[in-house]
Amino acid sequence: MAATGGTGDGPPPGARSGDAYAVELRGITKRFPGVVANRDIELRVRRGEVHAIVGENGAGKSTLMKTLYGMHRPDEGKILLDGREVHFKSPADAIEAGIGMVHQHFMLADNFTVLENVVLGSEPTKGVRLDRAEARRRIREISERYSLDLDPDELVENLGVGARQRVEIAKVLYRGATVLILDEPTAVLVPHEVDELFGNLAELTREGLTVMFISHKLDEVRRVADAITVIRRGTTVGTADPRTTTVKELAEMMVGSELPSPETRSSTVRDEPVLVLRGLTVRSREGRALVDDVGLTVRAGEVVGIAGVEGNGQAELVDAIMGLRPLAAGQVQLDGGTTGDGGDVAGLEDITGWSTRARREAGLGFIPEDRHRQGILLDAPLWENRILGHQTLPPAAKGQFIDRKAARADTERIMQEYDVRAPGPDTLAVALSGGNQQKLIVGREMSSSPRLLIAAHPTRGVDVGAQAAIWELLKDARAEGMGILLISADLDELIGLSDTLQVMLRGRLVATLDPATVTPEDLGGYMTGARSAAGAA
Amino acid sequence: MSVVRRMGMALFAPVLAVVGALVISTAVMAALQVNPLRVFEVMVDFGDSPAQQITALVVILNRAIPLFLAGLAVAIAFRMGLFNIGVEGQYRLATIVAAAAGAAVTLPGPLHVLFIIAVAVVVGAFWAGIVAVLKVTRGVSEVISSIMLNFIALGLASYLLTGPFRGSEEGASIISTAEIPESGQLGGLNAVFDVLGLANPPRQLYGFLPLAIVLGVALAVLLNRTRFGYDLKISGMSPSAAGASGVDARAMVLKAMLLSGAVAGLIGLPDLFGTTHSYTTDFTAGLGFLGIAVALLGRNRPLGIAFAALLFAFLDRALVPLQIADFPASVVTIIQGTIVLAVVVANEVARRVTRRSAERGSAEPPAPVAGDGGSAAMQTPSGPAGPAGDTDERQGAPR
Repeated sequence: MAATGGTGDGPPPGARSGDAYAVELRGITKRFPGVVANRDIELRVRRGEVHAIVGENGAGKSTLMKTLYGMHRPDEGKILLDGREVHFKSPADAIEAGIGMVHQHFMLADNFTVLENVVLGSEPTKGVRLDRAEARRRIREISERYSLDLDPDELVENLGVGARQRVEIAKVLYRGATVLILDEPTAVLVPHEVDELFGNLAELTREGLTVMFISHKLDEVRRVADAITVIRRGTTVGTADPRTTTVKELAEMMVGSELPSPETRSSTVRDEPVLVLRGLTVRSREGRALVDDVGLTVRAGEVVGIAGVEGNGQAELVDAIMGLRPLAAGQVQLDGGTTGDGGDVAGLEDITGWSTRARREAGLGFIPEDRHRQGILLDAPLWENRILGHQTLPPAAKGQFIDRKAARADTERIMQEYDVRAPGPDTLAVALSGGNQQKLIVGREMSSSPRLLIAAHPTRGVDVGAQAAIWELLKDARAEGMGILLISADLDELIGLSDTLQVMLRGRLVATLDPATVTPEDLGGYMTGARSAAGAA
Repeated sequence: MSVVRRMGMALFAPVLAVVGALVISTAVMAALQVNPLRVFEVMVDFGDSPAQQITALVVILNRAIPLFLAGLAVAIAFRMGLFNIGVEGQYRLATIVAAAAGAAVTLPGPLHVLFIIAVAVVVGAFWAGIVAVLKVTRGVSEVISSIMLNFIALGLASYLLTGPFRGSEEGASIISTAEIPESGQLGGLNAVFDVLGLANPPRQLYGFLPLAIVLGVALAVLLNRTRFGYDLKISGMSPSAAGASGVDARAMVLKAMLLSGAVAGLIGLPDLFGTTHSYTTDFTAGLGFLGIAVALLGRNRPLGIAFAALLFAFLDRALVPLQIADFPASVVTIIQGTIVLAVVVANEVARRVTRRSAERGSAEPPAPVAGDGGSAAMQTPSGPAGPAGDTDERQGAPR
């Protein structure tokens, strides 16, 4: 493929050749307790180019940009600006050095004018008064020079999203930025605003400024970027030339094209269904279908994987099955079975109207996508986290009371069996690394022997060791007859674990694939809608 | 893990708050050219004779009982992150209706008392229930609606007192409801002092004290040991995680507010049973707002609230002696106010310290922090200053 792992390709067009790179990162490594967020990052950005940094959610793009913007310090590695090594203690240092960050979520005061927003924090003063004339002059100058089309005296609340973004850009330019970091700038824009933004970026680079563009939208990246660096699982996996690289090749680099090590795949799929969805539809408040007429069956001993670019309705589907979101239409059936028993076909029950608690008690296990939001109580001890979601059943409950002794004992059992490294059941969950928190969640959901487990991104943000352990646990559970609905953005994980793959696009299941034969390239094609024939598994 | 350290962590915030408040108040008094040392001397001077000292003690306890109940009422809602600012209105309305109902019926002794309690509980829960219903059906912030309902409750109480529930003579200087007959009164507990061989003061210790203690223990068990208490607590810690675990957030709001209001309904009863026997225009006001401060200082745990209530009662008692000694009574208000401010700051400081030490991966499990009280073992709310709850309980040792 055209993309290579090297970094020394010829200068891309439009780049002004110089002796030193505008921004150079060498061997940047950033660790958080239990997780390596960035590892050996190598990044070289030429002056005057739009340099795209692409990678999946959670690949480590944001961590890297925070490092560059001085929000935290790297554990290893060097940051060089124009060939000189710099050490940022805070964003103020980075701004001083000419780095500006345009955040994905705007940080503007609505009831202030453009001028007031732009100067906020670095006001030009005459004596003790704000020098509005000077500020107005400079903002007009910036606006004209880069075609930002801003009226300094307009109230921000009257501006559209695109104009607000230009205010954010003006803000960093006003502070003298020569390197602009744009964090997912197109996420909030409609197509014609995206075009305008790209026009503005061209103006910026023409004037010799450097733009770092963070995104996971590959077609946009190919349109706007002069060079691309790909990040996967916390490290740079290579650079690519947008003129010669296809979206497909970029996607492969992003998600990793290596197939998981071929496993001896003995099917454990049984006949009896444990979860049946019929015509499931979830609508947003505005009436848009977030999940559109989804039909799905998970059998005992089967892992059904849902592939899809994030934001295509997977989260809403999970919420709907858990009873956390009202259905617009459709039906959810669950075979709660009797514990330990194989369950029988006639055991399917319509749980559409059931509460979340009733569903959990009936044998629905849940590993949530965002564990800090839905899976764990950071300020509570581990034993209280052990019973979260299981507080109505033994060992947590004894009638209407909480059995603390049994809960603590069972927490210790989980800590041993699932290798949760923590001092004891009274440790606060916040003290644990992400991997250990996730192992506790997996352990607790497994402990109630659910008939169906919803595993949403079960290995997101955990270290490699914990990831392998969680995969093993899911495989064992499948062998014992648990049905698993696996939602993941990690194609390796999906292909490696699933018995059946479903592709979700814009709220619909658009393809059913056999993981034994599908390639990541094909899967990527279905996920982005490039391929659409619904194959039969 | 040293017991001392764990205790220290639990007591850190309240002690910090009280010390901070004393320092600030001292500075304010000095600025007002009031001698702070003299003021503190007056405050701790309970009198010379044993009878005077016991009287001071009785005054403090009698004042602490309603404060304790008010703190409990606020804390129940606060455990799930609900601010029941409406305790004030809930207890005032509950008390006047209970007083009128108590005077209107004739029942044998204990039944009469129980009847009055039941009426107060139902009215308090009903008034708080309005807040809950508005919140779960219309999304109205409980802070706003409960404050609004305070005004309505006070207006309603005035109307009831001057209108249908009026029991006093036309033209009397203090308007009141009709007196509750003796069967509906709770006698004092002064026999206790004779048993203990202490001086028996003229002032009666409220008979409501044992009921308050029982209620405190029961609530401690409910909050810390039951599924309901667990659901309540996790709803406060993380509504999203609670929802995913199967807690019905709307039902929980309703239950928490009803329980909070039910307890709030009791606040006026110690005074009603013990001294006034009727609701009057000058019936004790402001307990609902003080309850917020007491709950904050007691970190939403019954045992802590008991101590906080005693502290506030102690400060309140000093009002009269201070005025006699020619000091401004606002000194007490200043101290109470600064305690509230300091406790908010201190709770946050303690939360961060605990969390940071946990994040550093310290091998020692830190004590539970504000709003959690997970393991606080509740023994007796007005018992001697024992260890801060969770330590002894974890080792299974009785007090």
